[in-house]
Amino acid sequence: MISRREFMQVVAAAGAIYGTSAPWAQLSAQQKITQDDLLAFKPFGNVTIAHLTDIHAQLKPIWFREPSINLGVGAAEGKPPHITGNDFLKYYNITPGSPEAYALSSEGFVALAEQYGRMGGVDRIATVLKHIRSDRPDNTLFLDGGDTWQGSYTSLQTRGADMVEVMNALKPDAMTGHWEFTLGADRVKEIVDELPFSFLGANIFDTEWNEPAFDAVKMFERGGVKIAVIGQAFPYTPIANPRWMIPNWSFGIREEELAKHVAAARAKGAELVILLSHNGFDVDRKVASRISGIDVILCGHTHDALPTPLKVGNTLLVASGSSGKFVSRLDIDVSGGRVRDYRYRLIPIFADVIKPDPEVGNLIDEVRKPHREELKRVIGKTDTLLFRRGNFNGTIDDLICQALLEERDAEIALSPGFRWGPSLLPGQEITVEDLYNACAMTYPTAYRNTMTGKFLKEVLEDVADNLFNPDPYYQQGGDMVRVGGLGYTIDPAKPIGQRISNMTLLKENSPIDPTREYVVAGWASINQNAEGPAIWEVVETYLKAHSPVRVTPNDAVKVVGV
Amino acid sequence: MRLINRRETLVLAGAAGAAFMLAPHAAFSAAGDAQALVTKFTGGKTASDGKVTLQMPEIAENGNTVPLTVSIDSPMTKDNYVKRVLIVAEGNPRPEVATFNFSPMSGTAEASTRMRLAKTQNVVAVAEMSDGSFHKVKRQVKVTIGGCGG
Repeated sequence: MISRREFMQVVAAAGAIYGTSAPWAQLSAQQKITQDDLLAFKPFGNVTIAHLTDIHAQLKPIWFREPSINLGVGAAEGKPPHITGNDFLKYYNITPGSPEAYALSSEGFVALAEQYGRMGGVDRIATVLKHIRSDRPDNTLFLDGGDTWQGSYTSLQTRGADMVEVMNALKPDAMTGHWEFTLGADRVKEIVDELPFSFLGANIFDTEWNEPAFDAVKMFERGGVKIAVIGQAFPYTPIANPRWMIPNWSFGIREEELAKHVAAARAKGAELVILLSHNGFDVDRKVASRISGIDVILCGHTHDALPTPLKVGNTLLVASGSSGKFVSRLDIDVSGGRVRDYRYRLIPIFADVIKPDPEVGNLIDEVRKPHREELKRVIGKTDTLLFRRGNFNGTIDDLICQALLEERDAEIALSPGFRWGPSLLPGQEITVEDLYNACAMTYPTAYRNTMTGKFLKEVLEDVADNLFNPDPYYQQGGDMVRVGGLGYTIDPAKPIGQRISNMTLLKENSPIDPTREYVVAGWASINQNAEGPAIWEVVETYLKAHSPVRVTPNDAVKVVGV
Repeated sequence: MRLINRRETLVLAGAAGAAFMLAPHAAFSAAGDAQALVTKFTGGKTASDGKVTLQMPEIAENGNTVPLTVSIDSPMTKDNYVKRVLIVAEGNPRPEVATFNFSPMSGTAEASTRMRLAKTQNVVAVAEMSDGSFHKVKRQVKVTIGGCGG
């Protein structure tokens, strides 16, 4: 592999990702990227918001390929963030092959990854935040949208302590959560009690008395402006993730509660109301259309990275990506109790361009030190690009499904449609760290069950409706469940019960029989009593016999009607 | 994972202090009877949309105990008040969930309870006003297998 750093010194193409301040295409085509370019921002107005979300415990720089398929349904059809690949580049006027194209789309990912290098790294993020704060010492609010404490080997081993320690050094003003809750209620309470900032969840109630379980709103004053930040945790945490881990907490969208908090914040004199949200983008779009008085929604959960905010009524929706690839900076001019204007920049964290903050870099090394040998232990190699994002499949999950089929001796494999998990480039060695980046979680059991054909159909229909229900309030979670050994056709526009057809058992090329029982292996069951080895054991064993990995393109899922 | 059972029977009547009646299980037994229940309640009169609010989760966390709060935007005076509210789960084998009775003494027309939902379905609330008019609202609650959350 060529040295990326050397290449970066002479790299061509546009310099920076701009929001409203400069059209991307106007940027110099022969400009070298520098840190100054990436951070350039003419301060505007009286409030600056820095937003980071869904970093999924990625302390170090990673590769992360954005999805090539991300279908929108209902009101979201064909609208951002449901535009991918070349269509995305055209929509936002981005030059193919440019740094922006690499950061924001799947187009030409492997070649561009070699050119532009890894993205993210919390020490680089620290540098960006330091810059913003020095630029705007009395105006800055730094907000973390959650999915911060889960997603890596070290976050799993330390039960989130590594992330808490490093993030505390970044001094967020507030956060909300989702995967945080998979650490279990006791651990969440233990951490939250000690946090030097607010953990907000306006939509979390105790199940017994229906009383608020977390602080809902935090008031701030920045640049002389009274600001209310309302936190909204992922509404379907107890459905999408194990409810038994948080038995006393109930979530939900709770629109009525949200509207009350907005009104109360205004009554208390808030001139700027921010929703720090883990709803997911389409839910936030609907929230913005139904609840008035929210100035800014900082979106999370669905991992979308949009180069400009999307405006719904008077509400700005900001989508800051995932895995530490981006930090959003939003400068707002607030006067007379309302937002007059704003400037925005989605700052891409090019790891080879932005200098690591030494202090936070040392802290990251420190928290990783006890695990260093295990993290770098090589367990295989891949010849294929391994990635996860996409509505229906990704090569990481194809690999996991193959491992489940073989190691658990199953006819069919199921792997959840998570959105987290960095990518691996062709030719790259697979380390323990890489493996855990794809599956580090607190309910990793690789179960082996029998399911009837009828039940399998119900599962696929159920998950499809949780992704493609035209009303986003009824969409529950991640992407489509990934399947191994099974083929099917899906028509996302149809109602529940009619989306899935042509289910086929691939090894026999025979239609799935509703009455027959099939041996199914899967992982990440939300049921408490699943039995089997952890998924990382299954995949590591599989890699021993199948390295280097070659994942052939998956054509077993056919999408029709779109 | 279930906590104590009281939450299933607990009636969190709002400030209203509404009288609460559990559904008579023997009376109706088929899902198709949901409309018949409403018709019986209204005496065949048409219920208009509006005034009634049902607060429920869009997706149930646990189909065995789904919380609901019904409230009616109405004065509660001697001359103008909410008399009764019927809650019907259209897709349940026994669709009648509850009937709440109010009086001007209730102060506000709001009540809460929990219900079991067998599957994804609409829940209907119909309110009878003291002037003999009826108002209704319908909301879908999804009951899902769960898992796979991004």
